[in-house]
Amino acid sequence: MSTTTTNPYETGEKVALPAKDDGGLWGYLRSYGQRVRGGDMGALPAVLGIIVLSIVFSAARPSFLTPLNFANLLTQAGPIVVLGMGLVFVLLLGEIDLSAGFASGVCAAVLAIMLTTHGFPWYVGVLAAIVTGVVIGLLLGFLVAKVGIPSFVVTLAGFLAFQGTVLWLLKEGTNISIRDEVIISLENEYLPPTVGWALGALTVLGFAATQLIQQRNRRRRGLPALLWQVVTFRVVGLAVLVGIAVAVLNEERSRNALFSLKGVPIVVPVIGVLLLLWTFVLRRTAFGRHIYAVGGNREAARRAGIAVDRIRISAFVICSAMAAVSGILAASMARSVDPNTGGSNVLLYGVAAAVIGGTSLFGGKGRVLDAVLGGLVITMIINGMGLVGWSSAYKYVATGIVLLLAASVDAFSRRRSAASS
Amino acid sequence: MGTPLLELRGINKSFGPVQVLRDVALTVHPGEVTALIGDNGAGKSTLVKCIGGIYPIDSGEYLMEGKPVHVHNPRDAASHGVEIVYQDLALCDNLDIVQNMFLGREKKSGMILDEPTMEQLAQQTLAGLSVRTVKSVRQQVSSLSGGQRQTVAIAKAVLWNSKLVILDEPTAALGVAQTQQVLELVRRLADNGLAVVLISHNMNDVFAVSDQIAALYLGRMAAQVKTSDVTHSQVVELITSGRSGTLGLVEEGAAA
Ligand SMILES: Nc1ncnc2c1ncn2[C@@H]1O[C@H](COP(=O)(O)OP(=O)(O)OP(=O)(O)O)[C@@H](O)[C@H]1O
Ligand SMILES: [Mg+2]
Repeated sequence: MSTTTTNPYETGEKVALPAKDDGGLWGYLRSYGQRVRGGDMGALPAVLGIIVLSIVFSAARPSFLTPLNFANLLTQAGPIVVLGMGLVFVLLLGEIDLSAGFASGVCAAVLAIMLTTHGFPWYVGVLAAIVTGVVIGLLLGFLVAKVGIPSFVVTLAGFLAFQGTVLWLLKEGTNISIRDEVIISLENEYLPPTVGWALGALTVLGFAATQLIQQRNRRRRGLPALLWQVVTFRVVGLAVLVGIAVAVLNEERSRNALFSLKGVPIVVPVIGVLLLLWTFVLRRTAFGRHIYAVGGNREAARRAGIAVDRIRISAFVICSAMAAVSGILAASMARSVDPNTGGSNVLLYGVAAAVIGGTSLFGGKGRVLDAVLGGLVITMIINGMGLVGWSSAYKYVATGIVLLLAASVDAFSRRRSAASS
Repeated sequence: MGTPLLELRGINKSFGPVQVLRDVALTVHPGEVTALIGDNGAGKSTLVKCIGGIYPIDSGEYLMEGKPVHVHNPRDAASHGVEIVYQDLALCDNLDIVQNMFLGREKKSGMILDEPTMEQLAQQTLAGLSVRTVKSVRQQVSSLSGGQRQTVAIAKAVLWNSKLVILDEPTAALGVAQTQQVLELVRRLADNGLAVVLISHNMNDVFAVSDQIAALYLGRMAAQVKTSDVTHSQVVELITSGRSGTLGLVEEGAAA
C-alpha cells in the first residue's frame, strides 16, 4: 500500500471562500462599528483622550496649545513612550515588569559614569547602557521562564534591588551631570526646519508606498483587499497630521530676538525609528507572531513547536533594553542622573501609556503604537496639570485614576469580546 | 495489508508513581480510520500525546513506515508527518484563522512573513475540505463557533504534508449537524489516503466512520480489531471490562 506524500488539498481547486461582506465603504464602516461594540476599541480611547485633554487644558490655560508647549510635550513624552514600548512586549505575554523604571535608572547611571566619570565617547556610553539593559532583561527572563517565579514577584524584587543599585552606582546619592553634546541634544535640540519637512514627507511617502504595494499584492493574488477609500483616508490622514505637526513645530518659539528656537525635537525621529522597528518585528516577523501566540495561549504555542521559554526571555530582554533607551532619554532631558532617575512614578507612567493606548493587561493584545498614543495622553495630563498649577499630590492621584480607567476599559472590552464569541 | 504507517510496541508511560500506559501496542494503516476508544482516564489522550511528542515515552518502540523513529517534541512528530488535533484544540484566540493554521511554521520570504501565500494556502485547504461556514480566513478564532474551531484545527493538521492525523474527541462538544460535518471530513481524510486515528466515546460515530477499533482499558491495549468483525455490545464490553469472549485481556490471575 502506498502513502500519499503530498498534501491533497494544496492543489485543490481554487475555490475562494466568499470574500468578506462586500458592502463597500458602508460595509467597512459597519464592520468597524461592530468591532468597536464587540470590545475591540483599538486606539479609540487614546485618540479621544488626546482630543478631550486638548480641549479641556487649552480652555483652562491658553498656553497649553502653543508651539512652545507642543514641543515641550513631545520631549517630555520621550522617556515615557520608550519605556511603554518595551513594556508592551512584556504585557503581550500577560506578564508585568515592575522593575523597568529602576532598570532605566541603573542604565542611565551606567551611561553617566561611562561619559562623565570615565570620559568615554557617547556611543560607548549608549552601548554600555543598552548592554546593561539586556543583561537585566536576561536575568529577569531567566527567573520567570526557567525558574518559574511569577513575573510580578521577580520584578518586584528587581524594583527594590535596582533602586539599591542606582544608589550604589551613584555613591549614595550624588548626582552626575551629563555634558556630552550628542546625548544632551536628544531631548534638548531640534531638527532644522527643512530636515523636519523632509523627514515628514519621507514618512508619509513610505507609509503610502507600503500600503499600496501590500494592497496591490493582495489584489494580484485574488485576495480581498482594502477599499481604496480606506487606504486613501489613512494616507491623507497621516499626511495631514504630520503636516500640521511639522508646520507648528517649525514656527519660531523663542520670545527672545537674540536666539532662535524652532524645529522638530530630535527625540521625535528617535521614537519614530523605534516605532517602525518594533512594529515591523511584531507584525512582519515570525518572532513577533510567536509573542502574540505565547500571550494568547501558551500551551497552544508550545504544541505548535514554538520555543516558549526563549520567547518569554526575549520579551524581558527587549523590555529592559528599551528601559535603557528610556533612561538615556531621561538623562538627556535632565542633563544629569540622580537616584531618582527612573524612580517614583516613571514605571507607572510607562505601564499607563501602554494600557491607555489599548494594550491588554491580560496578554495577547497590543501594539507598539499604543505606547506612543498612550504616552501622549499621560504626558498631556502631567504637562497640563503643571500649567494649571496643580500640586504633585493631585498629579499622582489623577494619573492613578487614569491608569485605573484605562485598565477598566481593558477589562470591559475583554468581557465584551468573551461574551460575543 | 502492507506495512502499517504507524506501529507502536510495548509503550510504557508513567507520571511519577502512576503508570498510565502499560505495554501498549497499536498499528495504524494509511487510508483507514482507526478508532481509539476506552473509558475516561483509560489513557487515550496520554497515548496521543506520546505519539505527538508532547510527553516522552518511558520505553517502547515507535515505528513509522516500518522504521524506528525518535520523537522528543512536537516538531519531531510533525517532521514524520504526524499531526494531532487535541481535545482542547489548542488554538490561539487572539490570532486569526490563517495565523493559527501556520503557527510555528510560518511561510516567510527572507525574514518577512509571507501573508498572501499563507492566506491563499489556508483558503485552498478550507475549500478543499469543503468548508463553507467561515466568513473570512482573517477572522479571529475567538469569534468562531465550536464546530468552526474544530474545522480550523483539522484544516491546520492537513495543511502540512501529513500522513497521520489524530483527532482527540473532535465531536465531543458539537451539535448533530456539526458532528455530521466533522465525521464526513474525517472519512474524507482517510479516503484521500491519510491514516486517521479518531478518539471518540460515541459508539455510533465509531461504527459510522472507522475501519479498525483499538480499545484501551486502564492503560492497556485490550484489543485491536476490524470494525466489521465486532458488534456494538462486544465493543462496549471491551471498554468496560477489558475483555469480551475470546477478545481482550487475559484474566489478571492467568497473566501473573
Ligand atoms: N500530566 C499528567 N500527570 C499525571 N497524571 C496524568 C497526567 N495526564 C493524565 N494523567 C492521568 O492519566 C490517566 C489517563 O488520562 P488520559 O487523559 O489519557 O485519559 P483519557 O483516556 O483521554 O480520558 P478522557 O476520555 O476522559 O479524555 C488519568 O488517570 C489521568 O489522571
Ligand atoms: Mg482524553
